[in-house]
Formats: sequence, structure tokens, C-alpha cells
Amino acid sequence: MVNLAKRIAGPSMAVMVCAAALAACKKEAPSPAGAAAGSAAPPAAGGKVTVGVLNDMSGLYADVGGKGSLEAARMAVEDFGGSVAGMPIEVVSADHQNKPDVGASVAREWFDTGGVDVIVDVPTSSVAIAVSEATRDKNKVFLASGPGTSDLTGAACSPNTIHWTYDTWALANATGREIVKNGGDTWFFVTANYTFGITLERDVTKVIEANGGKVLGDAKHPIGNPDFSSLLLQAQSSKAKVVGLANAGGDTINAIKQAAEFGIVAKGQQLAGLLVFITDIKALGLATAQGLILSEAFYWDRDDQTRAWSKKFAARRDGRMPTMSQAGVYSAVLHFLKAVAELKSAKDGKAVVARMKAIPTDDPLFGKGTIDPNGRKRHPMYVYQVKSPAESKGEWDFYKLVRAVPADQAFRAPADSGCALAGK
Amino acid sequence: MPALFAQLVIGLVNGAFYALLSLGLAIIFGLLNVINFAHGALYMLGGFVTWGLLHYAGIGYWPALVIAPLVVGLVGVVLERALLQRLYRLDPLYNLLLTFGLALMLQGLFQMHFGSSGEPYDMPRALQRSADLGFMQLPLYRAWVLAASLAVCLVTWFVTERTQLGAYLRAATENPGLVQAFGVNVPRMVTVTYGLGVALAGFAGVLAAPIYSVSPGMGASVIIVVFAVVVIGGMGSIMGSIVTGFALGLIEGLTKVVYPAASSTVVFALMALVLLVRPAGLFGKAP
Repeated sequence: MVNLAKRIAGPSMAVMVCAAALAACKKEAPSPAGAAAGSAAPPAAGGKVTVGVLNDMSGLYADVGGKGSLEAARMAVEDFGGSVAGMPIEVVSADHQNKPDVGASVAREWFDTGGVDVIVDVPTSSVAIAVSEATRDKNKVFLASGPGTSDLTGAACSPNTIHWTYDTWALANATGREIVKNGGDTWFFVTANYTFGITLERDVTKVIEANGGKVLGDAKHPIGNPDFSSLLLQAQSSKAKVVGLANAGGDTINAIKQAAEFGIVAKGQQLAGLLVFITDIKALGLATAQGLILSEAFYWDRDDQTRAWSKKFAARRDGRMPTMSQAGVYSAVLHFLKAVAELKSAKDGKAVVARMKAIPTDDPLFGKGTIDPNGRKRHPMYVYQVKSPAESKGEWDFYKLVRAVPADQAFRAPADSGCALAGK
Repeated sequence: MPALFAQLVIGLVNGAFYALLSLGLAIIFGLLNVINFAHGALYMLGGFVTWGLLHYAGIGYWPALVIAPLVVGLVGVVLERALLQRLYRLDPLYNLLLTFGLALMLQGLFQMHFGSSGEPYDMPRALQRSADLGFMQLPLYRAWVLAASLAVCLVTWFVTERTQLGAYLRAATENPGLVQAFGVNVPRMVTVTYGLGVALAGFAGVLAAPIYSVSPGMGASVIIVVFAVVVIGGMGSIMGSIVTGFALGLIEGLTKVVYPAASSTVVFALMALVLLVRPAGLFGKAP
């Protein structure tokens, strides 16, 4: 029989236990994949090159990078022929759970005992900064495709890091400038409260103010926030012409969805998604997302080459088209392998990165490009507008081109970056 | 102070979800003595059933309001019969671990299949507009969520407190052996109760679908707050969980005006306080 006293007294304690268990599990649950991948790699051996894909495999950024980035890295290795300078190439992966401490410890473990020569992707800027530090300490290579913060090639730049696909400066310069030029001169920010959101807000603010606009205020939210209603109410009462979303992935999706509900756009305010991925549009649906102005470094339907590659990618990913982060992983790994082929070794990270900067980049996804002394990969950025459901002709036919920003203008000039590597 | 009113209204709407979810937990705990950690996952399942009905069968929101809770309730019945039932004799911690494991598995399966961004679900056409209340734009859909949740909560309360069936239920909570001796099929009642409790979670999932994307993580992000609500209200107290759900929504809303940074932690601070002062919860019976 049930003991009443136990039933009443037990529960509060039990719930505390559950809460603790859940917290622990949230931390531990995804790590088997990470730990397994990390320790599965054989110890460092001279005769092998190992690529480590480190990103969010299960959380709110998993669709942006996740397993798709792993697949993109594998495709790069296959297209390169599976070996470089006679050494076989191996690809491993781990989940950093969007936590800087987890990311840094996986990176160190990979470098120390996993034989990993290069880490790629790493969305979530706070994690990327930590991984960049670890990579510099161990003199390996870090190819950042997923993260946004422009600090990676600014105050926190490193001779071992190349920031590949996009950054907050480029987004501000493309999306931000486009909107301010078209009359959106007063802004209110809804900002993810960590490195990425804060640097994005900072970089966009500079563009707004340089173009005669004004920022009226901001509201910050934690990463992975389900409910934006109260932030959107603040944005609404600010009377700003533009509500800028300085967040990403699942947060952007929820914010845009709920903004539609509160009639933000219907009441005359404009919504600016400062970092929007194609998977976000897929999740929102065109009915909600139509008309949105956004910037991408890569879109599958840009030309014959991007279409051909993307279809190959989609065939391996249940029909899901690649995001720019995933395309960036492919492009970065390919270029890394070219440099390693010339050097015949991947062991000296600084030397590999220096070589990567010396040879021009060229691949089917981003075309011809260069890498700045501060580690900033340079290619065009594209400002797109999301099509209406009537304009869309296929499941992934989402964007129409507004403007292409040429490579020399798309990214911050190295001299302005505040990076010691950039010289004057 | 329009901002204050607006945040309070929004808080109340959030409270509606807390109330629905914690109500189901309270009912299940009351009769089964099971701390149902799968509740968040079943709420998520409710969302996905709603989405699936539209996506695969073309069945819209209004029918889904009835069908999805039924489906989730049936899943609950199967779970109870096949798994939970076997562990009643052991310490309640075993069922806690079981339901926790089930939650992780369900979430993982959906994540594998649907990815983490989730699937979009359009708002029903009739509720797409928003009403101008003077101090704020209130989306009609959120008003509907509030009304629907209040109605369901009150009906549930009425059934458990004021009907014959409810009387059996409460009696079985006190002394299952004696009720069984009077010829009431207690095991079946337990099964139905679990089904009903999780059906409430499924119902909340339908209500949530148009607001949040239907995503595998939607349950995990809300369930911790809901457990805090249940602890504050008092485990197993029906009215307690309803009142506490709405009240905590309001308090969160208030915190967002006064000191926004604390709004995500205020519930847990309250929980700690209540546990210190009244360990059985505000509405719970002291041991």
C-alpha cells in the first residue's frame, strides 16, 4: 500500500533529483557521439591527415551545420581523392552543444590524443573563440565556417584560424546597409545574449549610424529562447521603423513567427533577419517569411555549379539543401587539402594556414577568392529577398537576388579589423 | 502603464501552457504516484500529430484539437499498460527514470527524422488577426489559447472534484486497495487517468503548434518550468497546479517589466523559497 507520508514528503525531493538528473543528462546525453568520435580516432601518426567537424549536432543550430557539415567535409575529401600527398584522410565529428567549455575540451582532446590536424565549422561564436584559442596553443588549424563574430579576424584573430563563410561585419554591411539605404533609419534590436548576438548588434549599429540612422533600443534574450512575445512588445512600443533580429537558427525562426503573430510587419514595422539560413526559411514557410531581406554567402540555386553540387549534397541528406555554413565547410576543407598537398604535411598549423593564405582559393561553390592576412576569407556576399509562395517554383526555391556585394567590398578591410596580423 | 498590462497579458497566456501541462502532471502524480518526465515529450508529440494531420492527411487545426489529444492519450495508455504498470511496486524513482528515458528517446527519434529547426504550422485563418486593446496588440490566437486552456482546466477540475468518477479517482488516490474491494477496477482507472493526463499535454501541444514551430525540443524547453510550477503548487493538487500555472505566468510577465534579466530564473527562485517555507507546496497537504 502506498504510504501517504512518503508520498507527500518524497516528491519535492524527487523533483529536485529529476531536475538534477535532467541537467546532468542535458550535458551528458549528446556527448557519447562526441566522446566516441574523439577517442575513436587513432593516436597521432605521421602518415594520416584527420579532419574534425565540431558543431551543434542536436540543438538549435543543428540544421544550420550539424550532420550536414560532416557530410560536406566528407564530400570534400572524396572529391579530393581520399588521400593527400600519399596520406589517407579521415573525418571525425563531435557535438559541442553550444558550450565553450565543451568545445574547447573536445578540441584539446582531439589535438592531444585524437591526431586531429584541422577543426572545421564550429558555429556559436562563443565556442569558436574558445576553439580558436585552443588551436593556436597546439599549433593546429581552425577553419571557422559556422560562427559569425567578426572578432575572429579582429581583436581575437589568430595565425592558426581562417574565418571562412561569413561574419557579422559582412552581414551588417550587406543586409544592414540595404535596409538603411531604403529608408529604414530607426532600429530596435532583439539580440541573442552572447558573443555572436552582441557583435552582430555592434557591427550593424556602426553601419546604421554611419548612414545617418539611429538605434532606439534593444532587448536581449538567452540562446534557445522559445517565447519572444515580451521582447516583440518592447520592439513594438519603441516605434522603431526596423526590428533587427540579431540572433540565429531556432531563435530567429521563433522570433519571425511570433512577430507575424503580433502584427509587427502588418503595423508598419519592418523585420530584418540579420542572419537567416535557408533551413530557417524552410522551417518558417514562405507564407510567413516572404519579403524578408537577408544575406548569404552561398545559395544552392545561384549557378550551374552550385546547383550541381547542391543536388549531390541533397541526395545524401534526405533532400535537404545545403546552408552556407555547410557549403563553407566543403570549400574550406578542399582548400586546406590543397595547401597540405603542397606542403606534404599537415603537422605545422601555422605553416598550413600561411600556405592557404598564399594560394588563391577556387572551388565550384564560392568561385575564385583570396584570404586576407588576418585570416578573413574573401568572396562575394549576396543580398536576397524571400519569394512569395506564388513566386516559388519548387520545394527549395526561396530567394531572388537583390544585389551582389563584390568580394572586395563584402568583408572588412584588414587594416580596420584591429588584428595584429593585418599590419597597417 | 501600457507596457505593464501588455506583459501581464502575455504572462497570462504563457501561464495557460504552464497550467495545462502541470495539471496533467498533477493528475498523474495524484493517482499513479509517478513523476511523469515524459510529459514534455508527449506535449511535443501533440504538436507533431497536429502537424502530421495537416501535412499527411489534410486535416486542419480544429479537428486536430480533438484528434491529437486522443492520439497522445492512446499512446499514453499503451505506455502505461506496457511499461509503467510493471514498476508501480518499486520505488517511484524507477518510473521517473523510465519516463525520463522515454522522453529522451522520443525526442531523439523526432530529431533524427525532422531535424532540430522544426516544422512550420500555420495559424487557423479565423484567428490570424490581432485585436487592438489600446495598450497592446493582442493576437486573437493568444486570446484563444487563454480561453481554451482556462475552459479545459476548469472542466478537468470539475470532473475530478464534483463528479462520481472524480470521487472514485480521489478515493483510489487515498486507498486503492479499499476502492478495489468495492468493485471498482482500479488498474483500469489508473490507465485511463494516465491517458487523460498526457492527453492534456497533447492538447497543449496542439495549442502551441501555431505559436512556436513544432520542434523536437519544444517539450524539453518548457518541462523544467512546469516541474517548478508543480512543486510550488504542491504535487498532486489539481487546483494548486492550475492556479500556480497562471500565477507564475503573471509573475514572469511582471518580472519582464521590472527586471527582464531575472524573468527566466524568477520561477526557480520562488520554487526554492516555497520549498524552504512550505515543502509540500502552496496547495499541498502537509505530511
